[in-house]
Amino acid sequence: MKMKPTRDGYGEGLLELGKTNPLVLVLDADLSKSTRTDWFMKEFPERFFDIGIAEQDMLGTAAGLALAGKIPFVTTYGVFVAGRAWDQIRTTIAYAELNVKIAGAHGGISVGPDGATHQALEEITLMRVLPNMILVVPCDAIETKKATLALASLQGPAYLRFTREASPVFTSESDIFEIGKSITLKKGTDLTLIGCGPIVYEALMAAEELNKLGISTRVINMHTIKPLDKETIIKAALETGAIVTVEEHQVMGGLGGAVAEILVQNSPVPVEMIGIQDTFGESGTPEELAEKYGLTSRHIIEASKKVLKRKTCRA
Amino acid sequence: MVFFSVDKLEPICKDIRADILRMTEAAGSGHPGGSLSAVELMTVLYFNVLNHRPQELEWSERDRFILSKGHACPVVYAVMARSGYFPVEELLTLRKLGSRLQGHPNMKSLPGLESSSGSLGQGLSVANGLALAAKIDKRDYRVYCLMGDGELQEGQIWEAAMTAAHYKLDNVCALVDYNNLQIDGKVEDVKGIAPLKEKWLSFNWHVIEIDGHDLEQVEKAYAEAKQIKGKPSIIIAKTIKGKGVSFMEDVAGWHGKAPNSEELEQALKEIYVQEGSTLKN
Ligand SMILES: Cc1ncc(C[n+]2csc(CCOP(=O)(O)OP(=O)(O)O)c2C)c(N)n1
Ligand SMILES: [Mg+2]
Repeated sequence: MKMKPTRDGYGEGLLELGKTNPLVLVLDADLSKSTRTDWFMKEFPERFFDIGIAEQDMLGTAAGLALAGKIPFVTTYGVFVAGRAWDQIRTTIAYAELNVKIAGAHGGISVGPDGATHQALEEITLMRVLPNMILVVPCDAIETKKATLALASLQGPAYLRFTREASPVFTSESDIFEIGKSITLKKGTDLTLIGCGPIVYEALMAAEELNKLGISTRVINMHTIKPLDKETIIKAALETGAIVTVEEHQVMGGLGGAVAEILVQNSPVPVEMIGIQDTFGESGTPEELAEKYGLTSRHIIEASKKVLKRKTCRA
Repeated sequence: MVFFSVDKLEPICKDIRADILRMTEAAGSGHPGGSLSAVELMTVLYFNVLNHRPQELEWSERDRFILSKGHACPVVYAVMARSGYFPVEELLTLRKLGSRLQGHPNMKSLPGLESSSGSLGQGLSVANGLALAAKIDKRDYRVYCLMGDGELQEGQIWEAAMTAAHYKLDNVCALVDYNNLQIDGKVEDVKGIAPLKEKWLSFNWHVIEIDGHDLEQVEKAYAEAKQIKGKPSIIIAKTIKGKGVSFMEDVAGWHGKAPNSEELEQALKEIYVQEGSTLKN
């Protein structure tokens, strides 16, 4: 399996946009190497602006650029953009529906040794509550590149979440990617795993094991959190009767919360949520942390068995 | 562009003051204090400085004005109406359900506004972005941005101050309504910002200090800022909060409180004291 961090997909996407779309500008806040915007900077220095360690100012500057018809991609770590500049994003950008693309790097606990301060675990919650916002959490480098390109050709504010560590590249260039349209990676009738981000690969591994145990498991890559593909979620609930959400993010207000909101209003079925359970992260290797915080395929299998028990109790 | 002489601008300023009071009175809420202090700055800007076409809002070469201190929108709505953006009668819909004149500026509801604001400290960054885009595209428009003095306590302003100087945005002209009042009292008591001129100078800005109620000085300051090349300019305008209404002047309590009908009547009398009421809709 080829391994590559999703941030590389972002860097490649920007490079392509540099060639194809003269309106695209890139802004960073002193993290260009880490976020991969330096690739764009080297090719298109006149369209790259380092705003320094000033995230709020960076979002405001991007707002102005968007008002003048540019397509600014503002980039830094998720904690510093979704958290620190949330008010700027809310009032100056989302309220006015400005065409600013926000790229949050270092999403999730897999950031590892840097510890809790740098592991963004809240961006899905913070961004999906904003009207007009589009929110995409791609599952591998190929999908991240596609998402980067797709967001550039879409009008309006958007947030793209990506990660630091190399992760499996399991989609292919030819797969169709459409914002707002989830992708069913595996068919199944007993249970559905709905995930976003690189952890979708763990869901796929879990599904393989479950299928071996005779549990027919559907897997959905919910790469767009907003607008959420409600129809597919409701259909999965009606057809499989049990759901496990899978994310490397707080389940509270995250993908888990979002899916639960849809289900309770439309087709309630038992749900288990794999993700961060209302705690901060800590330093460690990504593997150690995934194990400790319950984010591996083994944890997904356990949650699946649990949700199936709840399903049969109800029936 | 028609140029208005000072003696033409004076009565317009009176009408703008009256508008601010009448619209906040009609709304029963709003921010008269920091609107009244910026009347001369805004009137000169909209009538004599901005290269704009109120009948052609999307004209791409227009100068831009960003209201950073969004709560002072009554003065902006009034100068917009008086300079032809929309009918003056619409001012009285301020803050009412369905009005285009939201309590804080919403560019989506009122075409002609260049940004949405109300959360302080953000406008200068937006102005910089617009100015940077002009530099990239080699376009000549200028960008103006009005900030409050209390607002300068926001850290983002100083981030933006560095950005504008670093990118040599000489097409940015910032304005400070230096009325020395914020909500909790005098700016120097709440958290002092002095010495203000030295701060901006040390951030590599061209600084112009004026009496913000003296129309001639305001005119000159805008003209001077336009000549400065290679760095952004800031006009620090010494003003009086609530200017023009004796019981509102320099009183912190009139920051976010509307006059009642008697107070409005009294205020209008004071404004039009010399030549009697010229108030027209
Ligand atoms: C980020 C933010 N914090 C607080 C407020 C509430 N607020 C509105 S106006 C104001 C005082 C502003 O004082 P100043 O900038 O001096 O404005 P002026 O005196 O010109 O009215 C405050 C604290 C706000 N609108 N935005
Ligand atoms: Mg003040």
